[in-house]
Amino acid sequence: MKYVLLLVPCVLSLCTPFYNIIEPRLGGFPFFYWSLLLLVPVSALFILAAYKGEAR
Amino acid sequence: MIENLNWPATLVFVFFFAVVTVMGFLASRWKSGPLDVLHEWGLGGRRFGAWITWFLLGGDLYTAYTVIAVPALIYAIGAYGFFAVPYTILIYPLLFVAFPRLWAVAHRHEYITAGDFILGRYGDKWLALAVCATGIVATMPYIALQLVGMERVIQALGFHGEGIFSHLPLTIAFVILALYTYSSGLRAPAMIAFVKDTMIYIFVIAAVVYIPTQLGGYGAIFDAAGAALDKKVAASGGKVAAGLILKPAQIMPFITLAIGSAMALFLYPHSMTGILAASNGNAIRRNAIALPAYSLVLGLIALMGYMAHAAGIQVSNPQDAVPQLFLKMFPSWFAGFTFAAIAIGALVPAAVMSIGAANTFTRNFWKSFIDPNLTPAKEAGLAKLVSLIVKLGALLILLVMPTQFAIDLQLLGGVWMIQIFPALIFGLYTRWFTGPALLVGWAVGTILGTWLSWGAMNWTPASNFFGWLSFSSYNGLTSVIVNMIVAAILSPVLRGSTADQTTEADYQDRRVPA
Repeated sequence: MKYVLLLVPCVLSLCTPFYNIIEPRLGGFPFFYWSLLLLVPVSALFILAAYKGEAR
Repeated sequence: MIENLNWPATLVFVFFFAVVTVMGFLASRWKSGPLDVLHEWGLGGRRFGAWITWFLLGGDLYTAYTVIAVPALIYAIGAYGFFAVPYTILIYPLLFVAFPRLWAVAHRHEYITAGDFILGRYGDKWLALAVCATGIVATMPYIALQLVGMERVIQALGFHGEGIFSHLPLTIAFVILALYTYSSGLRAPAMIAFVKDTMIYIFVIAAVVYIPTQLGGYGAIFDAAGAALDKKVAASGGKVAAGLILKPAQIMPFITLAIGSAMALFLYPHSMTGILAASNGNAIRRNAIALPAYSLVLGLIALMGYMAHAAGIQVSNPQDAVPQLFLKMFPSWFAGFTFAAIAIGALVPAAVMSIGAANTFTRNFWKSFIDPNLTPAKEAGLAKLVSLIVKLGALLILLVMPTQFAIDLQLLGGVWMIQIFPALIFGLYTRWFTGPALLVGWAVGTILGTWLSWGAMNWTPASNFFGWLSFSSYNGLTSVIVNMIVAAILSPVLRGSTADQTTEADYQDRRVPA
């Protein structure tokens, strides 16, 4: 069941219609680009959480 | 031939190339073991801890072709090329959950390829052969594309030859690669990966920090790229779908391509080799946490396609966009450094791919069908020889066929590779599916995927499944779903062998405390 956590970033990365927009921009990056790039380290955190949970 | 050569760039390029060549030959003495046994030559003796695995897998999965092709796609059509980012977000949860199980069972039974596992699990050598053949056929054009990436940067150095001389530098580089892979096995790319990845990180950081300061910041870069893409769409009369965000019709192909590519990636023999060479299952889990660092780099590299627009780079072949951007924005010596990073970036995956293909050929074809009594020494000797043949084959593909052919083949390779997903990944959890049913599913999926991709003018990666879907879906994903359905329906009917070498306990790796 702890693997359900891992589905969160996967599902978010596939909610394409929701992030397929230009505004709001961040540092000049349209939302489409900065949200996806931000999701990469976030997904790593979810995997880290699953790893810690498994080790216990 | 060399009158237009950019000498500072070329000298830096040759210097780094020479360094990794020496490293490649010396690698045979690193963590040394008897190289006349297949798992020593072909898996580095399974002695690679989390760090080395990180460099090796990173160097192996994020290839020179990726560094050239992803920004080329962004340069040509914009947002659609960014599918590479959700794709790389999807692969690591899969790596984390499924592959420590594969590592554990492979370690227990001395499997070195996916085909070995399939044979042990289902007792069906024909299914193992199907897995082996798929891996080899999908890998050859992939190696050829590494050469394409390498050739693009050699040309950017100013080298232009006529006739047989046009591919001369590439051929020399490849022969050197073939020789040290032959002598050092997987240790060579593992060692070179340290240099390659460090160089890639340096040039990416330099590029994403320095280039925007010259072009007025990221806002200006996106605006210029958006304008250039809109102009392109207008010039085509709206036929070309391109832009800073996806057109509605691109959304489903974008999603399905990300899912399908993620399912296929770790099935390739070269990914398998990198994973099975880890020294324990935890090394794989920790890599699933740390490898996304490369995804971030890939996303930033992708944006170089937009930087090329903002810098006013106009090229007829989008694959030249990034090399031309570096030549324009950086001093010659640093451009030479980045080109060397890309070329060395081709060597690591090309070596691992040829080793992976050689391992599976030797084990799942030669040993299963031709000579079951192969001694360990002969087995390693044969694999070394096959790694040479595979690389020569890839070189030939590039020399005698148009580049577009290799690109199309690689695209089809992904559609074929994903067809072993049910046998391999489901097989890690259940023995419910039977060998013959999986084999029929594989055949149906392969034929269907190829059929769907066959276009009147060129190969198309996505289709609406004969009009049954209201949107376009990636052919690999559509056909593997049909493959799964066929395998599920036939499993209760086609019983086949009930043999299974493995037990549930074999899939649990003993947890080494972190």
